[in-house]
Amino acid sequence: MGLMLAITISIIVAVGVLLLLSGELFRLVIGLAVLGTAVNLVVFMTARPGSLTPPVIEPGFTTLPAGAVNALPQALVLTAIVIGFALLCFSLVLAAWLAQRQRRADVDGLRATEPAPTDAVKPAILED
Amino acid sequence: MLPLAPMLVPLVTALLAAALPRHARLRRGASLAGAVALLVCAAALFVRVSRGGAISVAVGDWPLPYAIEFVADGLAAALVLTAALLGVCAVVHALATGPASEERAGLHPLLHALLAAVMAVFLAGDLFNLYVWFELMLIATLGLLVLGAEQRHAEAALKYFAVSMLGTLLMLAAVGLIYGATGHLNLAALGAAALAPQVAAALPAPVTLLLLALLLKAGVFPLFLWLPASYHALPVTALALIGGLLTKVALYVVLRLLGGVFVNVPGLLVEALGWLAVITMISGVLGAAYHWDMRRILAFHIVSQIGYLLLGVALASPAGTAGTAFFLIHNVLVKAQLFLVCGLMWMAAGHHDLRRIGGLYAARPLLALLFLIGAFSLVGVPPSSGFWGKLLLVREAFAQDRLAWGGAALGVGLLTLYSMSKIWLEGFWKPHPETRPQRSFAHAALSPVAYLAALALTLPILALGLYPEPAMRHLELATQALWSAGGQR
Amino acid sequence: MTSRSTLLAVASRPLYWVLLAAALWILLRGHNEPGGGFVGGLVAVAASSLVAIARDTEAARRLLPLAPLPLAMLGVGLATLAGLLGGIGGAPFLTHLWSSWGLSTVVLFDVGVFLAVWGSLSGYVHALLADGGPASR
Repeated sequence: MGLMLAITISIIVAVGVLLLLSGELFRLVIGLAVLGTAVNLVVFMTARPGSLTPPVIEPGFTTLPAGAVNALPQALVLTAIVIGFALLCFSLVLAAWLAQRQRRADVDGLRATEPAPTDAVKPAILED
Repeated sequence: MLPLAPMLVPLVTALLAAALPRHARLRRGASLAGAVALLVCAAALFVRVSRGGAISVAVGDWPLPYAIEFVADGLAAALVLTAALLGVCAVVHALATGPASEERAGLHPLLHALLAAVMAVFLAGDLFNLYVWFELMLIATLGLLVLGAEQRHAEAALKYFAVSMLGTLLMLAAVGLIYGATGHLNLAALGAAALAPQVAAALPAPVTLLLLALLLKAGVFPLFLWLPASYHALPVTALALIGGLLTKVALYVVLRLLGGVFVNVPGLLVEALGWLAVITMISGVLGAAYHWDMRRILAFHIVSQIGYLLLGVALASPAGTAGTAFFLIHNVLVKAQLFLVCGLMWMAAGHHDLRRIGGLYAARPLLALLFLIGAFSLVGVPPSSGFWGKLLLVREAFAQDRLAWGGAALGVGLLTLYSMSKIWLEGFWKPHPETRPQRSFAHAALSPVAYLAALALTLPILALGLYPEPAMRHLELATQALWSAGGQR
Repeated sequence: MTSRSTLLAVASRPLYWVLLAAALWILLRGHNEPGGGFVGGLVAVAASSLVAIARDTEAARRLLPLAPLPLAMLGVGLATLAGLLGGIGGAPFLTHLWSSWGLSTVVLFDVGVFLAVWGSLSGYVHALLADGGPASR
């Protein structure tokens, strides 16, 4: 189980990094989301998965059943998913807007904040 | 409740300000009242902590170490007070520069949300909470970046988002792995658990990962290029707050983790941090020397100053930590002051690029004085606050026979002087390049209130420079407490 | 989006209310069983998004009780209030008060989460579907 999850995580990380480096706006955003999934799995793994007993106290008991899975990493992952989801939404809107404005969706088009220098020794003047 | 107040007050203020999208006057009133209330709470907390020692609150009344804990010790209280002062100045500056620059309604709520997150990081007592508040800081900063709603703002936001998000993911992975190795998230419990040999053996890798994430957020070499590429898209008010606080917040966490929690990190890691600090200092100051846009010069100086702070962390001694803490507070104030002055210069002269402005010494002598105080402090001319900060760090470096580190810190000071004198000569001394010496929009905007914010930051800088003993003594006591807490376990 | 399905547009109105009822049920069920404010909020967002896709974002916006941002703010405000209420008796922030028949500040907190999720994510969906981009948020 542990080995399988580790291999899965490393494949997801590889996919995420590949998307990140593609130089295309939407792939960049999706790549970060994919990487986020891999990280969530890493946190999930710290609960040492294997047990299938949910961490729920049955009616009539006051303690967890023996061998119940650790609930804390799941709570952490849930929090991370919520935050990551909000940021993914935000960045998708941002990327969509940028792609619409400049009619291309690659990162090389993002020169408005860093114009190419026209002078040999001094940086370009930023008008705003 | 008092340790939570610095976090809750700006949170409620942000909600109030956001609930008033169409009532500009009410919103600004609420924002100012919230900022002042935050300063009062921070001062009360500071007084209570410096008299009675650290206070801790377990949220929800759950038992420790399982509860989410907020701890206000001497170090945290001092930084909370500094940040609260910065918050008031930023809000005053926003009010003074008028609705035209701030409205788009989101500025005040986002400023307060950012303050809430920063305060919470200062006070957070567990690792996962740190991660959550770093995310809120990221969200608020992104909101501030896109306020302008032009292409360059969206570009800057995307760049900032991509790098920060990567840092945040690394941080989350590290937090998860540290939890997996120790079974704890609470910082005090983590410190205790890290002393067991079999746990300590598993820790170096995840702790290094955590440091990597924090150093990325602090803008340490080679992961600093996102900073000057995005900061200049911010409105000046937000720039003062963000440029003053955010990278320093990440460094504060590094200081806190290495000083009081993971005290037994391998020596190699500390050695590497020191050399990274030296390279960061030099590359930041060289970047500043190349640029002519005031905002970029100052942004590169943030990077360079982060190098000093990291150097203090790498000295890994109580004296080094105390020096770092002093430098941290000095740097937060000076950086914010310089950004505010830079905003005033822009209003008076009409451009951010030094090639397009000039003649400010004749036109605005008070502004020139404010800039000189900030610049001398940044360079570290005695008796300024920067001088004491550098003295503490360099003295400790030489005491530890780190001649190269101390020497680099001194040399970088000279290069800082170069780019500050560039701003002085180009912006203040030489005549304005345009035949019409002042733009017409300038006069209306520079009300006395606009100076007030910069002045309110200049006074504590002067106080730190002329009479540094109380601050030094407070920080020495605070860092000793931190180190002895780390050592006792 | 040029071609819209008339069937979906017509069906979206009753479906909206059914989904919203399900969202509320999930929200209240979360008190003692799996469910809660976040999941319920997501279902509510699904309801809003369905209307936004099947008809247009304007129709979806009209069906929300408040505009997206104020709705989210109200949610965060309620959650903060729930935390503060517990602190009145001198207990730390987020200490929850419990009373008979299942009423507690926890439910208030969950309702806050529900509204925050519903408001903020609906806002994002509208911004993504509208032509104006982030400026129209």
